[in-house]
Amino acid sequence: MNQLQNFTKGFIKESPTFVLMLGMCPTLGVTTSAVNGLGMGLATTAVLVLSNIIISCIKSLIPDKVRIPAFIVIIASLVTVVQMCMEAYLPSLYASLGLFIPLIVVNCLILGRAEAFASKNGVWSSFVDGAGMGLGFTFGLTVLGMVRELLGNYAVFGHKLVQGDGILVFVLAPGAFLALGFIVAFINAIRKKA
Amino acid sequence: MEIFIIIIGAIFVNNIVFSQFLGICPFLGVSNKISTAVGMSGAVVFVITLATLVTFLIQEYILIPFGLEYLQTISFILVIASLVQMVEIILKKITPSLYQALGVFLPLITTNCAVLGVAIMVIQQNFTLGGGLIFAFATAIGYGLALILFAGLREQMELNDTPKAMKGTPIALITAGILALAFMGFSGLV
Repeated sequence: MNQLQNFTKGFIKESPTFVLMLGMCPTLGVTTSAVNGLGMGLATTAVLVLSNIIISCIKSLIPDKVRIPAFIVIIASLVTVVQMCMEAYLPSLYASLGLFIPLIVVNCLILGRAEAFASKNGVWSSFVDGAGMGLGFTFGLTVLGMVRELLGNYAVFGHKLVQGDGILVFVLAPGAFLALGFIVAFINAIRKKA
Repeated sequence: MEIFIIIIGAIFVNNIVFSQFLGICPFLGVSNKISTAVGMSGAVVFVITLATLVTFLIQEYILIPFGLEYLQTISFILVIASLVQMVEIILKKITPSLYQALGVFLPLITTNCAVLGVAIMVIQQNFTLGGGLIFAFATAIGYGLALILFAGLREQMELNDTPKAMKGTPIALITAGILALAFMGFSGLV
């Protein structure tokens, strides 16, 4: 597999949001608007890229038996760094993402990539993998956020397209499940035909 | 009375799955059969209550006195991971029958964000130790309720003729959405 395929697999073929269904909690929880989805995705990408780089650098130093706790410590430290940066420089985004920032630690996507990719591959490919998967996750979150914002608020990235209130339920909790369900079904329908 | 409000609020009004979106991965993953859902719910109730107790004490007596609040995320996740491991070892030794029932679900719980989420929520909402424990227990019961209800629906759905593209996860997500709509009926209760 060349680096280009390695990078692009996160967008469609192995999209964490629509195909692998990893990291569902932030996916459903923060995508009330496209901006929130984008912010959450980029925060996760930052942690994922850095954790992939660090883990692939020190993979030969970590004893096999304690690798999972070691990965968790690395990821948790990076999450704390991201959390503090966000609190300092993007306070309003930090407030709207809330609890989901510390919960990046338990995002199965990050631990999954560490275990499945970074602990077996070199630094450069791990970086590419982390960036591709992270941006794929960001892409998925932004798409879901856009769909929900469009239906629920008739707006794209905060700009109103049509006056009025929209279908409120798509901004509320049930809309997250419904919107994601229909998007995944739509993608399945296309994949089956192709 | 206040305790009653905490319990109803945590189980129904702010249900952890349907309104807070925590613990979705296992919610979608192990809800194919009622029996596994019951096992998972038991393990979650047990671990969430215990983890909240331990993390609360750590926050109160170690992190705050030494001004180390920024280590919250790291210390909590490590404590939860080792706690799960310890519970597994103890259950195996003391009550093999309970271990048989809950054992397979325990390793899955470390990555269940509901556990870390509840531990952090208890700290953020300034609960006392007793109130926090009741909140954690009730939230976990709410999680179990959601999981078992959903598993029951999915068992029936297996027999239905769903469109090809909808099979599997999409129809599960849409069902969860409808269930979440039903749970919205409880809002305003507390």
